Amino acid sequence: MGDHLPVDTVEQAKQNREYAAALADLLFQLADDDFILAYRGSEWLGLAPHIEEDVAFSSMAQDMMGHAVMYYEMLEALGLGRADDIAQLREPSAMRNAILVERKNGSGEYSEDPHYDWAYAIVRSYVYGLHKQVRLEALQQSSFAPLAQVSRKMMTEHRYHLMHWQVWLKQLANSTPEARRRLEAAIGKVWQDAGELSDLGPNADAIVRSGLIAGEELLRQKWLDLVKEVFQTAGLSWPGEPGKAPERGRAGEHTAELAQALATLSEVYRIDPAASW
Amino acid sequence: MAQEMTERQDSLEAACWELLQEVKDPEIPVISMVEMGMIHKVTVKAGIARVEVLPTFVGCPALEIMKKNIGEKLTEKEGIDDVEVLFVYDPPWTSDRIQIDARGKLRSFGIAPPPLGIKPGDPWEVACPYCDSPYTQMENLFGPAACRSILYCRHCKNPFEALKPI
Repeated sequence: MGDHLPVDTVEQAKQNREYAAALADLLFQLADDDFILAYRGSEWLGLAPHIEEDVAFSSMAQDMMGHAVMYYEMLEALGLGRADDIAQLREPSAMRNAILVERKNGSGEYSEDPHYDWAYAIVRSYVYGLHKQVRLEALQQSSFAPLAQVSRKMMTEHRYHLMHWQVWLKQLANSTPEARRRLEAAIGKVWQDAGELSDLGPNADAIVRSGLIAGEELLRQKWLDLVKEVFQTAGLSWPGEPGKAPERGRAGEHTAELAQALATLSEVYRIDPAASW
Repeated sequence: MAQEMTERQDSLEAACWELLQEVKDPEIPVISMVEMGMIHKVTVKAGIARVEVLPTFVGCPALEIMKKNIGEKLTEKEGIDDVEVLFVYDPPWTSDRIQIDARGKLRSFGIAPPPLGIKPGDPWEVACPYCDSPYTQMENLFGPAACRSILYCRHCKNPFEALKPI
């Protein structure tokens, strides 16, 4: 991490152009990751394996959405538009989330014949969640003080999400042969995209130089160590080096699945963006 | 003159704290936001009360209701013309901020208070708020609100909720 002096307020951040740009880049990544995965989580409502899980998954999606709001509000404070607009009116090419979080939950549509993949939901959430843990820990040292403060707060909430996914992973790993088979298939699928999580985008150097977060290699190594430990404890074999999708989400390249998600989630908002909620 | 103004401000701030005792947590009506340890700071200047609130959970949907309730309550006081509610994250709210007296109130409402002084990774053991038995089981880490979990007492057979230690 760079040895940038602490920046206590948005006003201070705005005085240095390179710093403000790097901060915005990072905030978009943080916000979009949480926002899109929260949306995918919300698509499980009514479809989770049992009613308690409906409550749990919705609750975690709500927390994640809340975290995204914090980042979007910081972007608003930086002068990049209204938080609601930033979240809901951007084109897919302006989104900076990793490809992993935009993938559909399975075949079919939410409102029509959904054949969602629960094992994929658990593995994706958990693998992403472990990366989020590493990221939040790194953000606690961020040169941007408001980011360091909220990351500390988010961490206390995020810990409960990790506990929940841990329980599911163990249960799927030690349940029927079918559960085990599906779990391993889900790990394979998540692993094809997971390598992008620690990507800090085209402006990675400026982000790290500004002392906003630790470098990609350190984030990646810490995350891999955590996943290794978790897989080992659950008796799962190591899937090897994580891959990356052909599209680079951090650079604004996305799949059609994101465009569809954005169209659905912003449908009501687009009808009347000036309405008060 | 200056001294008089400061005294007047101090008394207005004290009155605000008093009134905030009447603003209950929208989801736990037996306990006030002051008792929850959610009110960080109150300042009054030129008739404007500025209240700094520490959210328990970042994405809590009750925050807007709290904001509205605080605004309505404080403008009841003569001398307070406007109220500004700010959500702040430094210091972060932790469950240790819940006042000691309030912990008993939570229990009487059927909610187990969070253990004090818990550190990340510490085990969370929950005694039943009705019969105090430690023979309880976690039904769902996530309850009707982000800050609560659902448990079941194997001793007195009551389901109950517990505030998550954070």
